[in-house]
Amino acid sequence: MADLSIDFCGIKSPNPFWLASAPPTNSGPQIMRAFDAGWGGAVWKTLGDPITNVTSRFWSHDYGNTRMMGLNNIELITDRPLEVNLKEMYEVKKRYPKNVVIASLMVESKANWKEIIKRAEDTGCDGLELNFGCPHGMCERGMGSAVGQEPKVLEEITRWAMEYARTPVIIKLTPNTGDINEPGEAAARGGAPALSLINTVKSLLGVDLDRMVPNPRVGNKSTNGGYCGPAVKPIALHMMSQLAKNPATRHMAISGIGGISNWRDAAEFISLGATSVQVCTAVMHYGYRIVEDMIEGLSDFLDSKNMKSVNELRGQALGAYAEWGELDLNYNLKARINPETCIGCNLCQTACMDGAHQCIFIPGHTKAEYEKAGHTHIPDSIPAVPVKAAGAIGRHLPVVDDHECVGCNLCHLVCPVPGTITMTEVPGTIGHAETWNDRVAQGRDINPGSMQSTLEKRGLVGK
Amino acid sequence: MHPLPVLPDGRLEQRFSESKPAYSQAEAVTEANRCLYCVDAPCIKACPTGIDIPTFIHKISTGNTTGAARTIFKDNVLGASCARVCPVETLCAGACVYNAWEREPIAIGRLQRFATEATLEQRPLSSLLPAKKPATGKKVAIIGAGPASIAAAGLLALEGHQAVLFERKEIPGGLNTLGIAPYKQSGNAALAEIQAVFGLGDIQLMTGVEVVAGQGGDGKVSAESLLKDFDAVFLGLGLGADSKLGVTGEQGAGVWGAVELIERIKADPTLTLAGVKRALVIGGGNTAIDVAHELKLLGIDEVAMVYRRGASAMSGYAHELASARKHGVRLIEHRAVSEFQRDAAGKVVGAKFSRTENGKPVEGGEETLSCELVALAIGQATATQVATAFTGVALDKHGNVVVDPTTHRTGNAKVWSGGDCVNGGKEVVNAVQEAKIAVRDMLRALRSEVTHG
Ligand SMILES: Cc1cc2nc3c(=O)[nH]c(=O)nc-3n(C[C@H](O)[C@H](O)[C@H](O)COP(=O)(O)OP(=O)(O)OC[C@H]3O[C@@H](n4cnc5c(N)ncnc54)[C@H](O)[C@@H]3O)c2cc1C
Ligand SMILES: Cc1cc2nc3c(=O)[nH]c(=O)nc-3n(C[C@H](O)[C@H](O)[C@H](O)COP(=O)(O)O)c2cc1C
Ligand code: SF4
Ligand code: SF4
Ligand code: SF4
Repeated sequence: MADLSIDFCGIKSPNPFWLASAPPTNSGPQIMRAFDAGWGGAVWKTLGDPITNVTSRFWSHDYGNTRMMGLNNIELITDRPLEVNLKEMYEVKKRYPKNVVIASLMVESKANWKEIIKRAEDTGCDGLELNFGCPHGMCERGMGSAVGQEPKVLEEITRWAMEYARTPVIIKLTPNTGDINEPGEAAARGGAPALSLINTVKSLLGVDLDRMVPNPRVGNKSTNGGYCGPAVKPIALHMMSQLAKNPATRHMAISGIGGISNWRDAAEFISLGATSVQVCTAVMHYGYRIVEDMIEGLSDFLDSKNMKSVNELRGQALGAYAEWGELDLNYNLKARINPETCIGCNLCQTACMDGAHQCIFIPGHTKAEYEKAGHTHIPDSIPAVPVKAAGAIGRHLPVVDDHECVGCNLCHLVCPVPGTITMTEVPGTIGHAETWNDRVAQGRDINPGSMQSTLEKRGLVGK
Repeated sequence: MHPLPVLPDGRLEQRFSESKPAYSQAEAVTEANRCLYCVDAPCIKACPTGIDIPTFIHKISTGNTTGAARTIFKDNVLGASCARVCPVETLCAGACVYNAWEREPIAIGRLQRFATEATLEQRPLSSLLPAKKPATGKKVAIIGAGPASIAAAGLLALEGHQAVLFERKEIPGGLNTLGIAPYKQSGNAALAEIQAVFGLGDIQLMTGVEVVAGQGGDGKVSAESLLKDFDAVFLGLGLGADSKLGVTGEQGAGVWGAVELIERIKADPTLTLAGVKRALVIGGGNTAIDVAHELKLLGIDEVAMVYRRGASAMSGYAHELASARKHGVRLIEHRAVSEFQRDAAGKVVGAKFSRTENGKPVEGGEETLSCELVALAIGQATATQVATAFTGVALDKHGNVVVDPTTHRTGNAKVWSGGDCVNGGKEVVNAVQEAKIAVRDMLRALRSEVTHG
């Protein structure tokens, strides 16, 4: 069995699975139940001057039958007295010395940072997470994402924290910024050894059209909130891997956060540079119990790849995350439909017709009909092979015209039967590997039909 | 280890196709994503072995198929058989919350089948269960090699005990190998599972050996010697021979006991049904439905079940009856057979019936149906007489072995029992659960016991 234990800038954790600072880490009893379920660590619900919350607080973005694909909240930091939280934190750390407890903090003045850091560390917590990410309620008060969006302020507060802290300091970043490298580099300049990201994405979840009030509704008003859950995972992966690659920040430990629901998501974050991962929405949806599958699934996955420890996985996919200009223009794919599993829904056909390159054909029509339907290139043969699936009477396998297929993946993505449309590698049209950067280097970075090439053709500019 | 027999080719069983074929990974994940991952889930409570269904289905949905198999085998070592043979419609899936919503329940059996089969193709059962404990030097005699006994043997072996199975037939597995409808599970699939369980530890199988009340020798072992030579005994005797009606013409070729006929369909390559155009099945239980369904699927033109009450009084499952009827089995209600008719050469040619009221024959309305084959599915006798040879073991008035339901220990402190011989005939999954309870108690007893014997 692979070793799942990690060393996060000096913080030892039995596994990389931590709970993010949020309702699942609101209190000591909750966190102890989570540790019993198998969570390696927990970032306590952000401490600071207790606030007053509103009712209601959350709204969900459902998609089709999927509940809570995204979750939006307008909750603030902890509403419990600081003493109560600190007492419980001490208790948790005493009873679970092997599990990681991180104090998430958010206050205003330098004096308050000094005070809260000392008091938090006196509980025996393993580290501090500075919440520079909350995008609602707190930022209007000059905290949270108001800090995360101002690299200078972020750097300064980081310096204060580094001055006072005896335990590792993690800077939690907001995604609500133009370029995540700026706050990340500011944290590095401030001397912090670690980053965590992302906090929630500023959002307005939807509108109650009968009342003409956005959701979640507080009486007859609402406000923008923070968006998280599976829907934000791609945003988080991108931002995190930017910082994992950035020479100014790549020495820092990263705790990946955003839409992680299972071992696979976690493995993806780790492969792009995370040392630990944090989870909020998936636990709010299904409970602490999901960690059993995360631990087991990750461990089996590592075994299947002959990796002895989770550390071997870290950053494995980073090298393949390149700039667009470094991609091989010769690489070529064509869609292939598996006649054994296609059920004949033709979703691939309509997607290709209206959203791609009009190269999937429904057999059994005349050339004229195909032309009328909008096909521009009609292959000589469009064989009518019946769909094999039971009950699919009179339906035929869609036919991909290789001549027009650009290998975009769209049909593969819309097909409801996984594994039915595969993208198969075929020889490229250039004949050798070539990137856009190569062309730029050789001065061939002008495509036929471009503005520049048209002007050149008309003799209006020199070559 | 004793190599297990493989059933020969040419058996009628091989002509069947599966009623619920194995899911591909894509199908399994799609179905798994439909499961709500309920808490305090009713499906778990409806599983006699208490498999954590939401957890294993969630694991399938994340691609953690191996973990799903671990979750299943933790509570049910015969989880692969159960996936194929359990009447899920009346167990887990019957309790699924989707029913309350009038939507199709989760296909729990098929998901369980996917998880167990796909995983066992990759790795041995032993790698999915806690590591085997060091040998204890203790020996347990297990009578019968049906699912109750196989489960008990596997669980005992994991604890480091030696399990010795005594099976009177040449083929192990009891009714799980020789009785399950071929469209649910083949005999060879059941044998493959036994092979997997035998990999868990020190398990020995003696086939063709009957445990008897009297003297041993010549394929017989005496109950008394087992009590003497072993630290504990488990009785997994199952049920006995098919019951008879006691009517004229019943004796002789053409009139089969249903369980015996099914065993031949599954295991005997010499059985043919050539010349049979019409078959009658007497009875209204699951065995009756199964044998009728099987005969129909084997191509017999007319297969009718004859039952002495109405369909609603049948002990067979409604979903099984509906499926048999869909394939063309007819149900004749409120009729009792009074005589089987044979021609001069002794061949069965028909049966005479009387009308019944409240299940009892009444005057008038007698009729005759032609047929070339009859299967009697009116119950099985008990096979528990041998149990009483273990001093202290008692039988109830139905002939079932009496146990303490919390421990499955019999009146003899060294003897435990479970499965059909205790519950009077339930399902494979009940046999597994009863074996689990028995083994749990047996382990306690074997631990506290100081010296051998
Ligand atoms: C036709 C039919 C179809 C069925 N279909 C299903 C189904 O679809 N799903 C389901 O879950 N259940 C089904 N069942 C029920 C299921 O098969 C039984 O509940 C289960 O096999 C009981 O297991 P057991 O170990 O108690 O007994 P058995 O399976 O009966 O095994 C007992 C074994 O002990 C041996 N034995 C008995 N006495 C001695 C002795 N003195 N010495 C040595 N060996 C001995 C027997 O030869 C036999 O091999 C079906 C049963 C029948 C008859
Ligand atoms: C209801 C709610 C409250 C949250 N409160 C905090 C908080 O107090 N401090 C903080 O740093 N992040 C807070 N977050 C953000 C989460 O810690 C996390 O960064 C974000 O939800 C993304 O992870 P997820 O997609 O797994 O939910 C909160 C999120 C939610 C949904
Ligand atoms: S989840 Fe709990 S706290 Fe929230 S509204 Fe429902 S019952 Fe109330
Ligand atoms: S989308 Fe998939 S299943 Fe549907 S027709 Fe196309 S290949 Fe077949
Ligand atoms: S009751 Fe149905 S939906 Fe709920 S966990 Fe069980 S199988 Fe899934």
